[in-house]
Amino acid sequence: MAELDSNIATRSLPLSGVHGGSAAVRLEPAQPAERINLRVGAEDVSALSAALGLDLPVKPKTSSSANGRTALWIGPDEWLVFADGGGSIGSSLTQAAASSNVVHSATDISHRNTAILVSGPGAAATLNAGCALDLSLDAFPIGACSRTLFGKVEIVLLRTAENTFRVEVWRSFSDYAFGLLSEGARDAAL
Amino acid sequence: MLLIHCPYCEEDRSELEFRWAGEAHVVRPENIAAISDEEFAEFFFLRNNEKGLTYERWRHIHGCGRFFNAARDTVSDRFLMTYKAGLPKQPLPVAEKFAAIAEEKSVETWEQTEGDAR
Repeated sequence: MAELDSNIATRSLPLSGVHGGSAAVRLEPAQPAERINLRVGAEDVSALSAALGLDLPVKPKTSSSANGRTALWIGPDEWLVFADGGGSIGSSLTQAAASSNVVHSATDISHRNTAILVSGPGAAATLNAGCALDLSLDAFPIGACSRTLFGKVEIVLLRTAENTFRVEVWRSFSDYAFGLLSEGARDAAL
Repeated sequence: MLLIHCPYCEEDRSELEFRWAGEAHVVRPENIAAISDEEFAEFFFLRNNEKGLTYERWRHIHGCGRFFNAARDTVSDRFLMTYKAGLPKQPLPVAEKFAAIAEEKSVETWEQTEGDAR
């Protein structure tokens, strides 16, 4: 009798296996990640920063990275923090935040969101197919991030390099986001 | 596309990211159980619906998520000023006020062109 695999239930990404892009842009689903939505008052930001091992950015539209974790400024008391890993249930980020022992809210959204990496010389043009932000390097430099709209869905956009963006989108919206990005990619290559 | 200045994001963002959230500076009574029905109706249901300069609450719902206050001209749809929630009603900067008046005179309203001309 064949041995049963102990790893019966495996998670798959909502966009696993898809690929797209054009001559100017490459579209690919990002690796699974751990994510939390973090809310904390201004007086306790430094305690959470110490617990997570990175400085939570307090300036609008900025992000910071350290120790494999990245924190994105979403609002005056709201951050999106993500880290590599996250195939399993339960997040090391919520545990790290809890170790701060100050009042905060850290919601595990590892599997609510998925991410699409948009890279290539036409990346900004591709995103501007559905996003009204000014994505020039002056207005949206490397490391800049923002919650905004892409077509009809809400995304969190992060510029990781001059020609590379990370699009964080809710998993049920990811088909739509990927479809619109594919159309944008086609237009960007014209 | 209308651009709206978010006082929390500190930049102009597309109107698509915002939602209107009613008249600003409506103060909840200290002891709401003690007020009369008329006073409650005034507080709860009745709004001024002013033509021209109005103070409104807006929410940057697809951005930072914050409520803030805006002074807006309902005739021209122009945002004259935005400021953070919790601040008292801010006076308009004088230059903006004159620009608003000039704008109002040059805008063709329905009453001027179609309605019973006054």
